[in-house]
Amino acid sequence: MSMFARTTLDQQNRRVEWLVKTLFLMMTVLLIVPVVLIMGILIQRGAPVLSWGFLTEVPTNGMTAGGIFTALIGTVWIVTVALIASVPIGVAAAVYLSEYAPDNWLTRAINLAIINLAGVPSIVHALFGLGAFVVFFGFGRSILAASLTLAVMTLPIVIVATRESLQAVPHAFREACWNMGATRWQTIRKVVLPNSISGILTGVILEVSRTAGETAPIMFTGAAAFLPFLPQGVLDQTMAMSLHLYVVSTQVPDVPDALPFGVALVLISMVLVMNATSIAFRVYLRNKRKW
Amino acid sequence: MAEIAIETRDLNLWYGTFQALFDVNIRVKQGMITSLIGPSGCGKSTLLRTINRVNERLGYVRTTGAIDVMGEDIFAEGVELARLRKEVGMVFQRPNPLPLSIRDNVLFSHRIHRGDEKVSRAEEDALVEDALQQVLLWDDVKDRLSQRATSLSLEEQQKLCIARLLPVKPSVLLMDEPTSALDPKATEALEALIWGLRGSYTILIVTHNMAQARRASEECAFMLLGKMMELGPTEELFLSPELPETADYIEGRYG
Repeated sequence: MSMFARTTLDQQNRRVEWLVKTLFLMMTVLLIVPVVLIMGILIQRGAPVLSWGFLTEVPTNGMTAGGIFTALIGTVWIVTVALIASVPIGVAAAVYLSEYAPDNWLTRAINLAIINLAGVPSIVHALFGLGAFVVFFGFGRSILAASLTLAVMTLPIVIVATRESLQAVPHAFREACWNMGATRWQTIRKVVLPNSISGILTGVILEVSRTAGETAPIMFTGAAAFLPFLPQGVLDQTMAMSLHLYVVSTQVPDVPDALPFGVALVLISMVLVMNATSIAFRVYLRNKRKW
Repeated sequence: MAEIAIETRDLNLWYGTFQALFDVNIRVKQGMITSLIGPSGCGKSTLLRTINRVNERLGYVRTTGAIDVMGEDIFAEGVELARLRKEVGMVFQRPNPLPLSIRDNVLFSHRIHRGDEKVSRAEEDALVEDALQQVLLWDDVKDRLSQRATSLSLEEQQKLCIARLLPVKPSVLLMDEPTSALDPKATEALEALIWGLRGSYTILIVTHNMAQARRASEECAFMLLGKMMELGPTEELFLSPELPETADYIEGRYG
């Protein structure tokens, strides 16, 4: 018998190895089942109502007919205003935390606050937005109030994504700059930001997906169940895709079966298109990266 | 006698409660290449990083004593660190070109130090060529200046890291084991270029490699456990060291 021949112990090890690998593979497969099911059912049941008119007409007949134009445009409004509010704040805060902040109790407290902010349920954000933006600041139920509520809710996404991509820039680059007498800001502007922009954009797009899909925060603060016209400014109320889906699914009688599926399909497609864009953009920027 | 470019007087340095430098007194002659040798942890790199005050960024560093660079006290009130670091360039162990083009790397320091002053493309081109000529890199890269610097070989990267210090006309170049990441051939090329820079710049170079100190420096300082043991012309220090510790170290009995 060779000294390298397989023993019973080796056999046992191989069996365990196979079991573990197979188990983990099954879990991975399990993971994609819901995604495939959701997309499959949505396409199968929602596709029949899809048409150019579905996207460009306002809802009619008590929202049982017509299209989703007002909701679609309303979501674009809400998302845009939310981004304008949250991206500058989130990116600036992340740059401060990553590049300037000393490691002391205050910085750690701020980091803890950000993590906690990410953990606050959306319904709580909704009530906060109602109290703060609708009532206290007097914006009323409006796009502005809804967007600011969503901005507060999604700030942690931008901050965390930005901070991580800043920290992925090798420290040696900063050392090189500082040793040449560059200030922190010169270093950030010329070296750190240009090389972390792809990660920051990924965070922003993730935030867009999240903002487009949230329902509770906007229901209390600025989204209306039905409006036959488009908003004229940020102080108007608006319809929104997510709330529209909730309303046609649960609040309105005699809605054709396919309609909610169609709305959901459009909403999910919006999000997927944005995610795909972000991935394409990231790949493009990463290939441009210079190290 | 040559002018003194760097002088430290009773320099002590603590990292928190750990004392890394003890009453270091060294006079580095202007326009010469001075090597700094000694076993790991003897404070060579610490001394180097104190001369451009980059050590202070760590926050828990405390120093006493004085350092003069070109006759001026670098710890004096009103010393602007950006000015100091423009005057005192640093080269690291691992080449660390910025993720920019070769041209932008060479011009980086010049651009941050010139403010809003308008500099024509032709003047910039001249600066780039002059700097790259000085580090013997011009002929290799003159046709690909817009290429990213990180795609160069390690040898070329390290040369570039020296070149980018030159357009702002520093008086002192500090080098922290500049060839330790390079192969023997690249090391030889780097030594040749550093040798060529003597006279124009005062160069203080930390090295682990005694043979390198011997062949590529004019003066040599030996440090041990945070203390400056002896400093003298390289050949003298190697042939007839004053202290038994120096003799033991250069004969390879420890370190």
